Amino acid sequence: MNEMTKITTLKDWETDQEVRWCPGCGDYAILKAVQRTMPDLGVRPEDTLFISGIGCSSRFPYYMETYGFHTIHGRAPAVATGAKLANPDLDVWIITGDGDALSIGGNHTMHLLRRNLDCQIMLFNNEIYGLTKGQYSPTSRVGTNTPSTPYGSVDRPASPCAFALGSGARFIARGIDVHKDLTNVLKAAHAHKGAAFIEIFQNCIVYNKDVFEEFAAKKTAASTQLLLADGEPMLFEKGEKGITLDRETLSLKVVDVVDGDWQAANVIVHDVTNRSVAHMLIEMPFGEFPMAIGVLYDDPRPTFEAAVVEQNEQAAEGKKPDLQALLNKGQTWTVTEDGPEL
Amino acid sequence: MATALKQDDSDNNQPEGAENVVVRFAGDSGDGMQLTGGQFTLSTALAGSDLATFPDFPAEIRAPQGTLFGVSAFQINFGSRAIETAGDQPDVLIAMNPAALKTNVDALRDGGLIIADEGEFGKRNLDKAKYENNPLEDGSLAKWQLLKLDISALTLEAVKPFGLGNKEALRCKNMWTLGLALWMFERERQPIIDWLKGKFAKLPDVADANIAALNAGHAYGETAELSGDGLGSGHLTTRKVGAAPSAPGEYRTVTGAEALSLGLVAGAQLADLPMFFGGYPITPASAILHHLSRLKEFGVTTFQAEDEIAAIAAAIGASYAGKLGITSSSGPGIALKGEAMGLAIMTELPLVIVNSQRGGPSTGLPTKTEQSDLYQAIYGRNGDAPMPVIAARSPGDAFECAIEAVRIAVQYMTPVMLLTDGYIANAAEPWKIPDVASLEPFPTSFMDKMPEGGLKPYARDEKLARPWIKPGTPELMHRIGGIEKGIDTGHIDYGAANHQQMTEIRRDKVLGVADSIPDQDVALGKTGGKLAVVGWGSTFGPIHQAVRRAVEAGKDVSHIHVRNVWPMPKNMGELLKSYDRVIVPEMNTGQLKTVLRDQYLVDARPVNKVSGQPFTIAEIDAAIEENLS
Repeated sequence: MNEMTKITTLKDWETDQEVRWCPGCGDYAILKAVQRTMPDLGVRPEDTLFISGIGCSSRFPYYMETYGFHTIHGRAPAVATGAKLANPDLDVWIITGDGDALSIGGNHTMHLLRRNLDCQIMLFNNEIYGLTKGQYSPTSRVGTNTPSTPYGSVDRPASPCAFALGSGARFIARGIDVHKDLTNVLKAAHAHKGAAFIEIFQNCIVYNKDVFEEFAAKKTAASTQLLLADGEPMLFEKGEKGITLDRETLSLKVVDVVDGDWQAANVIVHDVTNRSVAHMLIEMPFGEFPMAIGVLYDDPRPTFEAAVVEQNEQAAEGKKPDLQALLNKGQTWTVTEDGPEL
Repeated sequence: MATALKQDDSDNNQPEGAENVVVRFAGDSGDGMQLTGGQFTLSTALAGSDLATFPDFPAEIRAPQGTLFGVSAFQINFGSRAIETAGDQPDVLIAMNPAALKTNVDALRDGGLIIADEGEFGKRNLDKAKYENNPLEDGSLAKWQLLKLDISALTLEAVKPFGLGNKEALRCKNMWTLGLALWMFERERQPIIDWLKGKFAKLPDVADANIAALNAGHAYGETAELSGDGLGSGHLTTRKVGAAPSAPGEYRTVTGAEALSLGLVAGAQLADLPMFFGGYPITPASAILHHLSRLKEFGVTTFQAEDEIAAIAAAIGASYAGKLGITSSSGPGIALKGEAMGLAIMTELPLVIVNSQRGGPSTGLPTKTEQSDLYQAIYGRNGDAPMPVIAARSPGDAFECAIEAVRIAVQYMTPVMLLTDGYIANAAEPWKIPDVASLEPFPTSFMDKMPEGGLKPYARDEKLARPWIKPGTPELMHRIGGIEKGIDTGHIDYGAANHQQMTEIRRDKVLGVADSIPDQDVALGKTGGKLAVVGWGSTFGPIHQAVRRAVEAGKDVSHIHVRNVWPMPKNMGELLKSYDRVIVPEMNTGQLKTVLRDQYLVDARPVNKVSGQPFTIAEIDAAIEENLS
């Protein structure tokens, strides 16, 4: 934050509370990634505020040695908006899940993103309701068998990143819970001034085990993950394949890269400010394409709280907060012992 | 109302020459009746008369023109004596079209004066109002005085020089009518002229046309009186209603929504806190959001949220971050906020929730008044979720109640429900402007360093309030949330004994608010006796007048009006038990009655009205009579 900020270590960000997630839950890895990232951000624990809704992920604030508010289902973005407007100096992190952010709290998520409140939103997507024992969620794929959908779910899932982009988010990233690169995604999100939306694929080992295995598995990652970096060509499969634009259909396609000559193959160089390409990367169907991981979009614009503060200051400029004058405003009359005086 | 002197001002025993007049302006919702009424109110207040108003308008913004359901009315009762209600029956009805006449004429007292805009009584409008014959011609209005004027034509004539289109020109009709009314009651035109110039500063032609219409209406009265013009069965004369005896001081008119907003600003200043107000548009609560959004220089941040839940959730977030969080709505919105209120109760953060009540359930009667959210305020949350509840009795009283709500919220670290209603929110009354220096400050203190013995975010002071710790404070990092808290530590704790104890602490903390409020007084009458009439909220006016009449007629009746609805003052039970009988007039089906029975085992009896209209004095008179016999 500034030069006076005390240097912290991972330990400074851990609380004395016993962590209560299921053994093997992806949340442990995310918690460690966050605690490992914080010392590198140059921020102070007392200025940091973690706000969550309800669900497994939302227990997160109890384990961070910062200020924390475990609110109610779906409402973390709204509580965060009030806290940030009340004190714009706070470094606000929202911890949420697929049900919390996209189902019961979808409305608030949308409005926080369109307003562009300066904060980081970490959406732990595990495509299931964990804490209520395994019902399907708004991101569950069609046909998901759960206690509430014993014959398989029939409704189409929401895409968190597409939702964010459509809501006007200016920073969108994807990460994987156990991925070592997650810290870099978190750092980029923190560096972005404005609402930074991060979808983290999180493995619920009890109710939706390995649902992301197709692309998250380490063994096959080279061919299933497109790791994005700003200014770098979109290559995967150890540089043997890349993503290019099909100029006929204006859609992305996979091309082979021969002898590392990605330019010859017209592989796209990732430009995080390109919203159109971000949209295509988000919508790439997995299978035909790898899963795009990393910072998909990053193009800041002025934040909500800055605009509110600026307008408040402008409106107040030159006016004295004189309560008596306020009460006496408008047309008044005086009553004396002899009656009214006009 | 509440500010005027209370001596010698009853209907039965008025000082010589003292009188009051009730005037109702009624027209199409596009006719500007609320504006006309508001400006007439201002001129009446400036003349020193006491007054009370009752705006009554449809939920539709512009219902189809000329229809019965599109009628908008504004009633004012003003007098040279203390006025407590908007009046049971109008003496004068100004009807701008047939629909306005039809929906309002039955309220007019026998022999009262109807002034009707004859120009609007064509076949089309008569059909819309479901009149088979023109009532101005068929003798059906014989029990009243009738004055027929072609206000439309007279207005068009008056504004001709300003070159407005026909539609624009006709919009000046209300000012013509206002001019006539000002003449009738010998009121000054200048304040209205000043107001019009300010309002239409950017449209000088429109300002001039409105002023011309106002002057023409006034001149019409003068000329008609001089010429002794017979128009229908009525005749125009002036009637001066003088100043009411009032306590010396500086006065202005104020609506409940204004006074409440000002009270919140004052409360925040007295607490030495910046204010965060989260709101979502809803009738009749929006006016508070509108007022506060113009007061940035007082450290007010307003936030129009995406919904009611976000509005309260953001206010809770702001309170957590160290501002005074406030949210406001009406019944349906308050229902949506219920879960978040529980969060504020659990996390023990200060918060003021204003409910401008309206007719319910569901969407109910958005623009009509009711007091049917008392159960919701006291009980309407999941879990044992106690919350202090305060109810304002009049527009001016809303100022004091707002300050009191803020005080309780910050001193007890609790959400507080402040009840008002559609009637109080919209009604205006003369208000003796409080002296700010006389308001007692209650500055807030935040915990800003590590206490001896370590940090305990749920340790308690003598009021059972926990410390308020702002994020950003070094060393005092801690986590709060809606899950049950461990005693003192605030850590998650589902333990059986812990929940029992924490539930009791939350209950006792709220009940303890009774230690900081005054004993329940008797508003009129004496302690003990045959009959107590117990009210709360906006029924103050009709109850007070009815009890005054009864007392002056030698009857043993007292008026008790409850401001602290929860917890109630400590002497309440004893006070109620000192009467042989207790009746509780309410604009609901008996909610305070039930609370009183539950709390004090008294045989409180209900007197109920749920028509969307305030009680008349006569209705309370009748209830008193019935219960004394």
